[in-house]
This record gives sequence, structure tokens and C-alpha cells, in this order.
Amino acid sequence: MDERDTRTKRVKDLPTLLWGLAFGIVFGFLLQKGGVTNYDVIVGQLLLTDFTVLKIILSAVLTGMIGIYAMKSRGWVQLNPKSGSAGTNIIGGLIFGVGFAVLGYCPGTIAGAIGNGYLDATVGGLAGILIGAGFFAALYPRLSAGILKKGEFGDLTLPQLFKVNDWVVVVPVAVLIVLLLYWLERAGL
Amino acid sequence: MLELLTQTRWSPYAVGIGIGILSWLTFLISKRPIACSTTFAKLSGMIEMVFRGDKVEQKPYYQKLRLVVGWQMMLVLGVVIGSLLSALLAGDFRWQWVPSLWATTFGSAPLLRVVVAFLGGVIIGFGARWAGGCTSGHGISGTLQLAVSSWISALCFFIGGILTAHLIFRLVGQ
Repeated sequence: MDERDTRTKRVKDLPTLLWGLAFGIVFGFLLQKGGVTNYDVIVGQLLLTDFTVLKIILSAVLTGMIGIYAMKSRGWVQLNPKSGSAGTNIIGGLIFGVGFAVLGYCPGTIAGAIGNGYLDATVGGLAGILIGAGFFAALYPRLSAGILKKGEFGDLTLPQLFKVNDWVVVVPVAVLIVLLLYWLERAGL
Repeated sequence: MLELLTQTRWSPYAVGIGIGILSWLTFLISKRPIACSTTFAKLSGMIEMVFRGDKVEQKPYYQKLRLVVGWQMMLVLGVVIGSLLSALLAGDFRWQWVPSLWATTFGSAPLLRVVVAFLGGVIIGFGARWAGGCTSGHGISGTLQLAVSSWISALCFFIGGILTAHLIFRLVGQ
């Protein structure tokens, strides 16, 4: 597509938007049914008293990983890993974690919390996230050439990092996730 | 089947497997992973444009993101609708200012909770953009692709989150 076309167009094509909306409705439905639109469940995870969040994430990663890598090996899908650096992912991740605990929702679950009627999310949290994101955009020119470039490693995946076949990583990670989930259940968590 | 939709909670494993299968479909059909936080940066830029005009779009970060309504923004809108649907079907929808876990430690005054939620929002909104993703983009979609950046980010989300939550509830909340 012509570069100018994409720049002047404010809205993407309708099928793209409708698929996004449909996937979002299912995602939001699942998040609410899982209880993770609820502050108590998310902060309970961070206080290590409620392991719902971890169980959902790990079973999603297990299912998703096996399916995506199976489809990748058949050439049906292409991976889309984010590139990263120590400065980006460690520092950004830790800042995110602090906000995660203070807010008690994350950017996805806050959308679910808004749908669930939680007003601390709608009035306080949403306004905060928008301002925090705008603040980053303002600082970006100063950060992008410096700290965000520290320890850059690109859009590497673990199989590429270890220079092995995909399944040499997928299978052990799957086994580890199953063991961890089994252990969580055994421990009554 | 209908009974399933009106249940308040599903097993976390059922939900996780559902999200995993959903991610197969988003990769197959839309060629994109599930992710949410970029939407908030775009929205922020679009709102700023309303007040400060088109020059906002010239900021390098918004040049990189491009301020358009796209797939992910609709996904996030869908999350609001899907959660609302699920909550209504289960009778779990409620207008609530103060979560009960917060109230047991810090009281049920809405103002304190909203101010803290706002501050938390600023930090997580800033951190999500710094890290280049959130709990869905890095935590689920990135880790399931075995992306190095996402495994590091997800670990740091939880390290920062666990330490801060303990600080808030075990030290400040004493």
C-alpha cells in the first residue's frame, strides 16, 4: 500500500476491525469468567495467596505455544516476536510490575474491569494509563537512543538463542509448565 | 451450554486453554498476537490531538505507532464488551468503587482508592510502553512464541509486582 494512503487513513479496513472486535469479545468473556477482571484476584496473585492468574497464563502459554509452533512447522503462521534489550525489558518490566501492584489491573484486564463495572478502574486507572503512556511518548526521543538500546538482542526466540530445533525448547517448556501446575495443585494453591 | 455461560467462574485451566486456542486463531486469521497496551498509547495520542492539534502526531513515538484505529483497538473495545456480557449473564456485574481486598486494609473511601489507582495507572501505562508490551502482549503472546524479550519482561512484571504488593499490603497496610 502507498505510504501516504496508510498515513492519511485514520481507520483500518472493516474486516480487520470486525475480527479484532470479535476476538476481543471472546478474550474479555474468558478474562471475566476466569475472575481476572477483579482486583482481588490479581493482587491476590501478587501477594501469593491466589494463583488464578498464574494458572491462566501458564495454561494459555502451554496451549498457545504447542499450537503456534505446530502451525509454524507446517508454514501456516509466522512468528511475530518483539525485539528487546536489557534496558527495555528489565527496567520497563520492573516499572510495569510496580504499576501492576499499585493499580491492581493490567492494560488488558482493566478493559475487562471497566466492563465489569469497577469504577476505580474506569475513573482512576484508565485515566492514569493514558497519561502514563503519553508521558512515555514525550520522553521517547530521549530514551530511545540511550537506555532503551542498552544490551540489545533483537527479536530473538529461545530456540534461536540456543541455536536448536524449536521442539528442543517447546517440549521441555511444556513439561516444566505441566509440572509447575501439578505442583501448585498438590500444594493446594 | 447455557448453564456454562451463566456460571460466575470457570476453571482457570479452561480459561487458559481457551485463551491459548484464541491465540491460534488470531495468528491464523489476523496474523497478529493478542496484545492490549499499544492501544492506550494510541488513544492517549489521539486525545492529545483533540486538544493540541495535528502536531502531536509528529512526535517520534506516534510516528512509530501511527495513530489509527486498528485491529488491536477494536480488540480492547471487545474485551470491555465481552467482560460486560459475561458479567451480566452470570449476575456478576456490579458498580463498585473499592475492591474488597483493598477495603479490608485501607478502608472503603472511594477517593483514596481512585487516587492510588490513578497513580498505578500512570506507572503501568509508562512501564508498558517502556517494556514494549503488557501482561497479554509479553506475558501470554510473547512467552508462548518463546520470545526472549517477553520471558524477561514477564519475569520482571511479576518480580516488580510481587515486591510492590507485599510492600503495600504488608508494610504500609500494617
